[in-house]
Amino acid sequence: MIVQAFALTLRLAVVVSLILLLVSLPLAYWLAFSRWKGKFLAEAAVSLPIVLPPTVLGFYVLVALGPLSPIGRWYQSLTGHGLAFTFTGLVIGSVIYSLPFSVQPMTSAFGSVDRTLMDASAILGASKWRTFWQIVLPLSFPGVLTGFVLSFAHTLGEFGVVLMIGGNIPGATQTVSILIYDQVQTLNYQVANETAGLLLAACIVLLTALYALRRRHGWSVWNWP
Amino acid sequence: MELAVSEVQPGIGQSMLSVRIVKRVAGSARQGFELRADFDALPGTTILFGASGAGKTTILHCIAGLQPPDEGSIRIGDTALFDSALNINTPPNRRHIGYLLQTLALFPHMSVEQNVRYGLASVEPAERERRVSEILESFRIAALGERRPGEISGGERQRVALARALVTRPRALLLDEPLTALDAATKARIVDDLRAWNERFRIPILHVTHDRDEVFALGERMIVLENGHVVSQGLPHDVLHRPELESVAQLAGFENVFDCYVVELHPEQGTMTCRITGSPVELEVPLTRVAAGRELRVGMRAGDIMVATAPPQGLSARNVIAGEILSLEQRDVMVVARVDCGAVFEVDLTPGAVRSLGLAAGARVWLVIKTYSCRVLQ
Repeated sequence: MIVQAFALTLRLAVVVSLILLLVSLPLAYWLAFSRWKGKFLAEAAVSLPIVLPPTVLGFYVLVALGPLSPIGRWYQSLTGHGLAFTFTGLVIGSVIYSLPFSVQPMTSAFGSVDRTLMDASAILGASKWRTFWQIVLPLSFPGVLTGFVLSFAHTLGEFGVVLMIGGNIPGATQTVSILIYDQVQTLNYQVANETAGLLLAACIVLLTALYALRRRHGWSVWNWP
Repeated sequence: MELAVSEVQPGIGQSMLSVRIVKRVAGSARQGFELRADFDALPGTTILFGASGAGKTTILHCIAGLQPPDEGSIRIGDTALFDSALNINTPPNRRHIGYLLQTLALFPHMSVEQNVRYGLASVEPAERERRVSEILESFRIAALGERRPGEISGGERQRVALARALVTRPRALLLDEPLTALDAATKARIVDDLRAWNERFRIPILHVTHDRDEVFALGERMIVLENGHVVSQGLPHDVLHRPELESVAQLAGFENVFDCYVVELHPEQGTMTCRITGSPVELEVPLTRVAAGRELRVGMRAGDIMVATAPPQGLSARNVIAGEILSLEQRDVMVVARVDCGAVFEVDLTPGAVRSLGLAAGARVWLVIKTYSCRVLQ
């Protein structure tokens, strides 16, 4: 039971953080460098999941994915079953929920790259694409890594959204935090304690590794006067 | 840098950089500032000179494509890089212009060699390696190849940035005060490198600088910019020796610039008497076409003023002004004296002169200034 929940949670976190990496890189680039006047609207929208109660977010995602919405109907006609209470539905909800944790560190990292370096790259004949991969990304790597790890860790520990969208189906949608809740509800404190302890340890290891890495990185890359 | 005559690229020397642009600078601090640049830069070095805020960097940014002008055109030879009438605005990465930014903008995460190689991505590999090692050699930075920009000295960084810009064989080169932070010896060596490179490739080089040594060492022509407008252009020697503009006067080494008003005109002698505003000091200066009472500025070089310890007699010089030494300050091999005559003059002296005349702060002296050492500035 614990192993199954951990495997599912890990799979969810990996899939979600990888999707978020792909989504966040262009989104953060746009947020950092676009001169569009209405950019603040997008910034507010991206930050929304931070302040919104997970249950509210989960509720709307559930409705949006359900058979009454165009997305839900389109998915149902494609696959023959709905999105709610499935792993795919969980992934979609988690991507939205963890989006700010991935986008914000990346945006601020991109924004702090010295613009004259990007100018210099363009003057030397590099396209925006090449400038991104060779100048912007390497110089903002710690921020990108932070975004990736935070979205991973945040997905590991999420509860409200999962409960609303996924319910509590072992093997399909029962993540570690749901399992803990479930065990506590049935007064099975022993299992709850073991599971919670494991999750806590995993998060501590992850964050310690991240900050240690950043620190070492800080000394090897950022020695520019 | 070694000159290989056979490598001079035929045809490259014929393209001229033509800039005819208008750019209105928005923003609260400089509302209404309008840059109007209209000049041609022939192959060879053209000095772009002007006080800060005159619009030099904006012009370079427009040429490089980092900022779009509002109107006008920028051409190299027959190629339009920008033309508002034809709706042409080539992006910076396709302009093929070398630009040494003021901050140098070396990529901190790449080695010296990677920095230099960066602009050669479209050159085939064998040729690329040949050019990189050639330029590292000629700028004496080959030994630094593996190091990062943060690990080398200021002068070395300057050379790396220059090599990175030049290795791409740009159609024009823009230099934004590239040598200001360097000591004299390092600067002289880079000036030599630049001059040799210029003789070999003959492309238009626009060089922004405040330094008169650089102007004379490198400048073949000179453009003076004030408030966004070209106010003077020509040979550096001519521009600097007709220093009617105050910005030029400071460059030309007028340590003394005074606000004056005209007291009396002496057309028959070709002179006029001016009084330094707020002081009793009167100066005889060359005649200009102004009316008595008119305010103007008079500049003179600290090195053109003589000092006497007794009232001098039998001199051709018309201006003899009594004063008192406020301070003596050693600068390099020179002593700079500040002399209060009602207005404070700066005077250059040799240490020998200070010793033999027994000059010290508080000493009574007479300053001797020839009429034609006084320049009337606009």
